[in-house]
Amino acid sequence: MNVASGIVFQVLQSVLVLLIAPLMLGWVNQCRAWLQNKSGAGVWQPYHVLHKLFHKDAVLAHNASPLFRATPYILFGCMWLAVGIVPVLATSLPFAPAADVVALVGLFALARVFVSLAGMDVGTSFGTLGARREMMIGFLAEPAMLMTLFTASLISQSTSLVTIVDTLAHREFVIYPSMAFAAVAFLMVLLAENARIPIDNPSTHLELTMIHEAMILEYSARHLALIEWAASLKLTAYITIGFAIFMPWGIARAGDWVGLPIALAALMLKLAAAGAGLALLETLSAKMRIFRAPEFLGTAFLLATLGMLTHFLLEI
Amino acid sequence: MTALPLYAQLINLCAALLLLLAFAMLTQRRIVSLINLFAAQGVVLVISTVVVAYSTYQSHLYYSALLTLILKVLLLPWIMHRLIRALDVRWDVETLINIPATMLIGIVLVIFAFNLATPISQIAGTVTKATIGIATACILLAFLMMITRRKAVSQVIGFLAMENGLFLAATSATYGMPMVVELGIALDVLVATLLFGVFFFHIRETFESLDIHHLEKLKER
Repeated sequence: MNVASGIVFQVLQSVLVLLIAPLMLGWVNQCRAWLQNKSGAGVWQPYHVLHKLFHKDAVLAHNASPLFRATPYILFGCMWLAVGIVPVLATSLPFAPAADVVALVGLFALARVFVSLAGMDVGTSFGTLGARREMMIGFLAEPAMLMTLFTASLISQSTSLVTIVDTLAHREFVIYPSMAFAAVAFLMVLLAENARIPIDNPSTHLELTMIHEAMILEYSARHLALIEWAASLKLTAYITIGFAIFMPWGIARAGDWVGLPIALAALMLKLAAAGAGLALLETLSAKMRIFRAPEFLGTAFLLATLGMLTHFLLEI
Repeated sequence: MTALPLYAQLINLCAALLLLLAFAMLTQRRIVSLINLFAAQGVVLVISTVVVAYSTYQSHLYYSALLTLILKVLLLPWIMHRLIRALDVRWDVETLINIPATMLIGIVLVIFAFNLATPISQIAGTVTKATIGIATACILLAFLMMITRRKAVSQVIGFLAMENGLFLAATSATYGMPMVVELGIALDVLVATLLFGVFFFHIRETFESLDIHHLEKLKER
């Protein structure tokens, strides 16, 4: 593989995902509006929000520490790095050996720790409440996520996402029943980690049930813009991890210019379908009480475990 | 790992889906959703039986698939839906069941069933031998569901789900039971469901509730 074209692919992928992440969020919101018989704000709305926020003056609390100020940048950096590592457009990118799936989960955990610390930093009760809830969701979601990824790793004998994608995409088609369990568990973790509806409502403000919004209530202007952008990046990162594990078809190899348009078209198609599916799922389900969340994520963990067991029974 | 033929993969997938549905039933609180899950389990069972029949040229399995389709996908769910509408428990939600603990016990049961079935499936010569473990697990999970539930309706659904597991076990271990036995079981299940329906009304008339814990008291108040 040519090093230069690998770097070009890496830059292309990182910039592309950075630019389409808000579009993805806008698409999900638009689909949800359509499903609820509303006209919706349009798929470009997240860009307008980001533009507005970047042109405002930031307001900080008097007792805010440097940590509070640094967190949006750390969060944004973590998420951007994550979408650089996940094989979205092409496999064997220069960044890919930097982290396997375990390190990727660690990267998300790092972001979570900083957001929670920032939430508690100013000392408002809402921030502390949100941070505590976020940590509770996080510590339940992480093992489920790891188990899901391990099920995929067992099939391809590697925890590297690139190897997983290569094994599943470029081999003859085989149905893996364990992946059915892993897929359900992954979907549940995706909903929980991205503050989607059964766990948290992304479109609510100033409600006692909120989790993610409660932590970032103190942020304004460019800090808030970065956090919102990072949230859309996180959603895109999780969805593309899902693609990489469960439907990696159409992905190109780094330096393969012929495969690039196909990979791009496949990615867009899959993202559009996933966004519509997510919106449908969110419309069909109601938000759970916070005390049901451990049950929800415990179910995800047990399903992932069941997937591993099924793998040992059926696929060896 | 040697790649299995496509039909064996399909059978394995169907078996895994059955196990997934068994777990979904174990954790489902609503009675209406429970019946729908039971019907879905029937659909998966029909598909898997048809695939086994097609791949092994066992033409009698087509009849048992048809029987399953009529009985477990159409007739029994219809009867159950009618029953809960008549009993007015359609939107009932079962309280007081500890779902995480039930799921944990369920996982232990699955591990137990898988270990139990491994030596048996090594003896069996059928293409579906790997699914014996899953069938055993489905039976045990349905048992667990019957034990943990308090409402009579969900216990009956657990009983019917157990029959699904038994059917899968029969198909996967020996390509199905003789037709006479299968017809007998089908009739048994149908009659049992009708009788349970009558019992529901009697239980409710006597105790004004379908909670079977009232049955534990010997004395009348």
